[in-house]
Amino acid sequence: MSLILDEVSVQLAEKSFKFNLKADSGEVHAILGKSGSGKSTLLNLIGGFLKPSGGDISWHNQSIVSLPPDKRPVTTLFQSHNLFDHLSIKNNIALGVSPTMKLSPQDWNKIEQVLDDVGLPSRGDEKPGKLSGGEQQRVGLARCLLRKKPVMLLDEPYGALDETTRHDMLVLTKAVIDKHNLCVLMVTHNSDDADALEAIGHTIVDGVLN
Amino acid sequence: MSRYLTPTLSAALLLFVASATILPFAALIQHTGQLSFKTLLSDVWIQRVITFSVWQAILSTVLSVGLAIPVAIALSREQNFPGRTALLNLFSLSLVMPTLVAIFGIVAVYGRTGWLNQALDTFGLPPMSLYGLNGILIAHIFFNLPLATRIFLVALDGIPPAQWRLASQLGLQGFARLKHLEWPAIRPRLIGTSILVFALCLTSFAIVLTLGGGPRATTIEVAIYQALRFDFDISTAVSLAFIQLVICIAVLLLGSAWKENTPMAFSSIQTQDSWRPNSRTRLMNALIILIASAFVLFPIAGLLFSAMNPALLNVIKQSSTLSAIVNTFIVSICAASLSLLLALGLLLIARHYHHRLHWVRVAFGVQLLGNLILVMPPLVLGTGLFLLLRPYADVFSLALLLVILINALLALPFVLRILDAPINQGAQTHDRLVQSLGVRGWSRFIWLDWPTIKPATGLSFGIAASLSAGDLGAIALFGSDRVTTLPLLLYQRMGSYRLQEAAVTAVLLLLTCLFFFLVSQWATRTPAEIQPT
Repeated sequence: MSLILDEVSVQLAEKSFKFNLKADSGEVHAILGKSGSGKSTLLNLIGGFLKPSGGDISWHNQSIVSLPPDKRPVTTLFQSHNLFDHLSIKNNIALGVSPTMKLSPQDWNKIEQVLDDVGLPSRGDEKPGKLSGGEQQRVGLARCLLRKKPVMLLDEPYGALDETTRHDMLVLTKAVIDKHNLCVLMVTHNSDDADALEAIGHTIVDGVLN
Repeated sequence: MSRYLTPTLSAALLLFVASATILPFAALIQHTGQLSFKTLLSDVWIQRVITFSVWQAILSTVLSVGLAIPVAIALSREQNFPGRTALLNLFSLSLVMPTLVAIFGIVAVYGRTGWLNQALDTFGLPPMSLYGLNGILIAHIFFNLPLATRIFLVALDGIPPAQWRLASQLGLQGFARLKHLEWPAIRPRLIGTSILVFALCLTSFAIVLTLGGGPRATTIEVAIYQALRFDFDISTAVSLAFIQLVICIAVLLLGSAWKENTPMAFSSIQTQDSWRPNSRTRLMNALIILIASAFVLFPIAGLLFSAMNPALLNVIKQSSTLSAIVNTFIVSICAASLSLLLALGLLLIARHYHHRLHWVRVAFGVQLLGNLILVMPPLVLGTGLFLLLRPYADVFSLALLLVILINALLALPFVLRILDAPINQGAQTHDRLVQSLGVRGWSRFIWLDWPTIKPATGLSFGIAASLSAGDLGAIALFGSDRVTTLPLLLYQRMGSYRLQEAAVTAVLLLLTCLFFFLVSQWATRTPAEIQPT
């Protein structure tokens, strides 16, 4: 199964963008480039936060352009603000499983399990404020995994972390990507991130990705 | 959003707010047919009313805002002054204290047989007359000095700690601190605060009605009331309303030219640097704080003192008092609930337009709609509704409903202002997350919005309920022997010089307002540990 961007174009303020990309399940693609080069625009288009003015985005040969963000086969780990400060860790994840918070006992068990997987066992009842930046991103990652979406977008998810934490997170991310056979698109300005995930590198030049 | 605020529902809400504010006005214009501004403006009495309205508003503003500056600076410099927190709470109280209640306290202190004149008499000095410009100014300062002080204090407390440290390191003292630190913090708030106070004083009704003391000291708002209630001269009332509208809009436009972000004055107070002013400055600070405290405290003490009279038990047992209390509770709770619902609806619609559809101007327009009422005199609104409904129903039997509607609309700008920040908090940072998780409709409200807006909801409900409980304008228009509320009862008892009964009624009204203000905030308090970080 593959994610295909075919001549996807958009015009923002004075800048125009055009993206072409093919990414298969099990592959990690890294989009490199300076800020303002259109990396976030690309993820916004795939995530459904921005409507393209031309071209098509498809998954498994079906267009996803007309789908709202939550109905797309896509989940995103943002650079920050992945969690709601007033909800407990568990509830933050639960909201990703069911947006109406209707979860079965099995679902709650899975949340405990996935917290275990990302190295935060029995921390589910705490508030995000009690967690470090790295731990908060682990919760975000845990939620991405439970949402069972085949495509994962990583929007500079480790940009704000210190070197050691960043390394740990990259190892963890690599492990879950392989385990779940995900199709991953990562935006970063750090080529070390791309190397750690053994990613296929791309660069956006003058708003164009080929 | 889409499920619990479908486009239909949004449209209905917008239409309701728009028609509730604009239709009554249209009805008035239609009823009068032609407005003759020329003859009206050439009328000497009208000219005098307009001049006096503006003149007393200017004086009130200059005095309130001018005096608030030294009080705010003194309070900011004396962070550990004994009773400082209590004083600041007292200052907040004046935000929700019904005008009539304060007036009663002011009369007890400055009135003919009040404490001040008793003191003057003891020293063989001539008595001071309260009624007229004197009384209006005292009452306006009583309400607006605390308001302005709190706004300035928030500005002063917003000075970054690094600036204070720098000032200490450079050895800045007294006047130098004022010039380089405190004044630059206050100055940006000066225009906005003055315009707010000016608008409040220009449209002030109960104060001028009770303390004006006759036709010499009449404002436009009171003239509208007299034209409506006594002469039933709708044409004059509408023309006056238009004139007031023009002045209000002019002032608001003037204000938006100095657009600044004036926060509602409820922020908590932080501690400052280690600068210790010399003893002379400190004595001066203490003196300023004491005078300001006395000015606010004496009328409240005077009110409580005069309520301790033999009529106390009698008044509480009277059926008229009881039914007025019941009506006041009905009006406050219904008006505050309606106001809250309207405000939540408008803000959720505006948020959707702003952050999802990126119609920033439309979103601004939606909020503006809720604030339209600020330039609409409540009496004009009331009269318009009266004319609109008269063909279909006995308006006086609808009195409570109309009073609820008017009070809900009057409180709307305050509720909007308090709820605005918490509703939009995180809209910028978390909106993509909310979209990607597909949290919408009722679920979004319960799990994401309610926890963040809960305390603000309590505060705005409390303020809306207290304002509605204390409002005299709407009930003065629609009230009758059949339907009274505490403010109307108080006004009637003051008017017929049953002062002992009036004092007790005033305290009952004050307690009612305090009850709403405190209980609604207590009910929605957030334990410290789950406060958003």
